[in-house]
Amino acid sequence: MGNQEKEPVFSAKNLKLFTAPLGRDNPITVQVLGICSALAVTVKLKPAIVMAISVTIVVAFSNVIIAAMRKYIPDRIRIIVQLVVAATMVILVDQILKAYAFDVSKQLSVFVGLIITNCILMGRLEAFAMANKPWPSFIDGLGNGAGYGLILIIVAFLRELLGSGSIYGYPVMEKLGLYSIGYENNGMMILPPMALIVVGLIIWVQRSRNRSLIDK
Amino acid sequence: MMNFLRKGISKIKPHFTEGGKLGKFRSVFEGFESFLFVPDRVTFKGSHVRDSIDLKRTMSVVIMALLPALLFGAYNTGLQHFRSIGAEAEPLEMFLFGFMKILPLIVVSYSVGLGIEFIAAQIRGHEINEGFLVTGLLIPLIMPVDIPLWMLAIATAFAVIIGKEVFGGTGMNVFNPALIARAFLFFSYPAWMTGEKVWTQGMIKGENIIDGFSGATPLALCAAGETSKIPSFMQMFIGTIPGSIGETSTLAILIGALILIITGIGSWKIIISVFSGGLAMGLLLNFFAVNPYMEVPAYYHFVMGGFAFGAVFMATDPVSGAQTEKGKWIYGFLIGVMSILIRVINPAYPEGVMLAILLMNVFAPLIDYFVIQSNINKRLKRAGRAIKLQQDERVQ
Repeated sequence: MGNQEKEPVFSAKNLKLFTAPLGRDNPITVQVLGICSALAVTVKLKPAIVMAISVTIVVAFSNVIIAAMRKYIPDRIRIIVQLVVAATMVILVDQILKAYAFDVSKQLSVFVGLIITNCILMGRLEAFAMANKPWPSFIDGLGNGAGYGLILIIVAFLRELLGSGSIYGYPVMEKLGLYSIGYENNGMMILPPMALIVVGLIIWVQRSRNRSLIDK
Repeated sequence: MMNFLRKGISKIKPHFTEGGKLGKFRSVFEGFESFLFVPDRVTFKGSHVRDSIDLKRTMSVVIMALLPALLFGAYNTGLQHFRSIGAEAEPLEMFLFGFMKILPLIVVSYSVGLGIEFIAAQIRGHEINEGFLVTGLLIPLIMPVDIPLWMLAIATAFAVIIGKEVFGGTGMNVFNPALIARAFLFFSYPAWMTGEKVWTQGMIKGENIIDGFSGATPLALCAAGETSKIPSFMQMFIGTIPGSIGETSTLAILIGALILIITGIGSWKIIISVFSGGLAMGLLLNFFAVNPYMEVPAYYHFVMGGFAFGAVFMATDPVSGAQTEKGKWIYGFLIGVMSILIRVINPAYPEGVMLAILLMNVFAPLIDYFVIQSNINKRLKRAGRAIKLQQDERVQ
């Protein structure tokens, strides 16, 4: 390892670590991880964005810490160590939200705490950070958090627009005058099953555009 | 006329075969051709004789079975409307009035559904599936008459795409597509699907309603505990009560059931078992009755709400229902039990048939698996005994 040539900070390989989870290696639509929170926090855009940022921060920094310690973690207790690190990060994020964004924190309720059980987080720590240096691990964490957040925001955008008739709290449908011609908000969009169907539709669109993702 | 059509179609047919200049539209052409004429397809290998009945003929019979409910629904729509505004009208006038109100629903349901089916078949290069012929008529029949057309269009699209095409098209769907459409509307736009005002044409739009006309369905009255106000059994059996378009007349539905059973297209086992399940649950509730709703005679449940319609036209859907003969009994019985249970016990849902059938649709494959597996086990045991007997004889 010592004599290995120093890699540039934003090498093509590192960039790919960031872009792959956004598209063809997306944690939600391809790996089908982190679905529960995607159903729970996507009724409105605001909590979805906050959740996306929280998960990104937790995954990125947990990744860095685990990657830095990876050589000193005894193999047999590695899951416990990972959990301790992740839990610390989650508690930090939770406290910061409570202090500076109390309303959103209340809306997100247990789901911030539940980031600790988010499969994406544990998956990245176990699969990537345990075997890579801190910097690539950081980028990998950012990428996976952003890939998760991207889907969350698309789902939340559609659900808020069709379910509540607004975008980020702004009443678009009312301003367009759609209610006066008989349009009504779709009550089912606010229910969790519809989030599952929207995620399914996104998966459908993605796989029909990228046929290599289709399972044989 | 028919000869002329046949000749015309035969003449243009070569264009639509593979490699013909309009080969791309093969599926559309085939769809129309086989809609008009029995396909002349024959088998070439072995001694198989093709039955003259195919999916399209099956569907036509179901449509015929639905006609009594549709025609009565048109009459009843008119009847309820004129009753609500306190006007007198001839039966024919009522029928025509109702028919003109229902027609747009049917047109929207068919054009949206068939449009999507045509496009899907074209994209996949499949034959056009005629499964929608029945679904397209079922959907309007289970709607309140005043449902806005754009909502109906969205629900139909949702049912065909998410309820059917996603699973691979006709014959592959897990759920009954017509019920998916209704469930979608029920959860999306509850204001248009439940309550007292939606069942009578014009009422929700605020037309002049005479004093004393309520428009509440018998089920709503029961749920509110006003069981003394529900119409007589005979009136509910004939169907001159508020409700979804096609569901009110048990009599018309029974005529349809007779057609389905005689032609062997609807499973009489499912129909009978749904009714017996409902009766069993009704009697059980009567026995433990603690409120007026639970005291409603069990057989009243047959003529209230969509119970009969669901039993005859929805539960018997051969695709989403159980396939094994024993399974059909279990499947139907549980639908009956669940319907009445949801209806009477759960205050959030005045009608339970839709949810009961959708729920049992999910369980149908499991029921079939259980029936087949238990049969295999039984035969294995029998075979095991026979082998053991042989061995014993050999030892002696």
